[in-house]
Amino acid sequence: MDEDRPLFAQIAEQIENDIIDGTLAEDSQVPSTNEFAAFHRINPATAAKGVNVLVDDGVLYKRRGIGMFVSPGARATLVARRRERFENEYLKPIIAEAAKLGISRSELSTMIETETAQ
Amino acid sequence: MTAVIEVEHLTKRFGRFTAIDDLSFSVQEHGIYGLLGRNGAGKTTLMQLLTGQQFATSGDIRLFGERPVENSSVLDRVCSIKESQRYPDEYQAHHVLTSAPWFFPRWDAALAGQLVADFRLPVKRRIKKLSRGQVSALGVIVGLASRAPLTFFDEPYLGLDAVARQIFYDRLLADYAEHPRTVLLSTHLIDEVSNLLEHVIVIDDGKIVIDAEADALRGSATTVSGRTAAVESFSAGRNVLHSENVGGLSSAVISGLGPDDRATAIGEGLDLSPVSLQQLVVATTTSRATEWKESA
Repeated sequence: MDEDRPLFAQIAEQIENDIIDGTLAEDSQVPSTNEFAAFHRINPATAAKGVNVLVDDGVLYKRRGIGMFVSPGARATLVARRRERFENEYLKPIIAEAAKLGISRSELSTMIETETAQ
Repeated sequence: MTAVIEVEHLTKRFGRFTAIDDLSFSVQEHGIYGLLGRNGAGKTTLMQLLTGQQFATSGDIRLFGERPVENSSVLDRVCSIKESQRYPDEYQAHHVLTSAPWFFPRWDAALAGQLVADFRLPVKRRIKKLSRGQVSALGVIVGLASRAPLTFFDEPYLGLDAVARQIFYDRLLADYAEHPRTVLLSTHLIDEVSNLLEHVIVIDDGKIVIDAEADALRGSATTVSGRTAAVESFSAGRNVLHSENVGGLSSAVISGLGPDDRATAIGEGLDLSPVSLQQLVVATTTSRATEWKESA
């Protein structure tokens, strides 16, 4: 867990990651708040807050007395949202760093091509 | 939400020394609270006042809506574990565990037995002959197995090794999840417990300096470092908790920086790093150390 961000936000993000990479399939059950709390050694109320963020967001849904499940269509929504953030969070820093080091545009695109080809 | 502890204008003086200075706060039902502060800040005195082991000079304390002093309907629901708990000379650990249910109506003997095994506590040895850590483990076992609706742990783990402390944290979380209650934990090992805490109260010089949700404190302060001139011009007008300088370099712990502030700082060539709960507590309670440094 990082020090600089609220834990509940990190819990929510981890669940999102698991949904995006398919570890948590749609309509499958998400671990309980207490399981998250025990695994990450965090306060159960904090873990619950992270899960509830995703419930409010429609990514998870509640089945009374059973637990939390991944909503149908959650993966597509999350992927679309992450794609919107991709440019700002990943692309722009790379371009800025490349400019700082004097890496030209064509050098940069060659690098990306070589890396992705592997 | 119901308040389990309500404290208003609480003051405790020992002669001319004011240990607790006009404190007001409340603790809600079902939560793990951290009571943090330096040695002599007033943590133990506050816990003694809350559990009716000391009389307040002035002010009001309510536990479950009632005054705790000499009040068995309140004290039956309270368990207080302190660092240097004394036991009768001839007692063995199993005597403590056998007599505990007399004082704690919700005592769970099975949990106590499991904890004895987890901590590898020799129950048939005289407590006098136990190691420092083993005596602490006994206190922790009583505190957890009592399942008291309001449990105080005042520095419960002097001498406990890292493995035993981890067992304590894990068992506390697991049992708290199944049997929600209110726990007030005072400790110096802030980094170890910061993720367990829901709420943090920091006292310094008998006064409350932080009373906030633990998750809200995470990321609430940032260390800004770089060349002294740049750090000083950026700090001006901002909420600086602590600052240090070495040669031409400075660092300042600043709270309440928004994304725009961060962008400005980075634009000015300053480095930003997160401040952990422990560092935040150190920064808010070390004013004197800074003054000393400046005058040196």
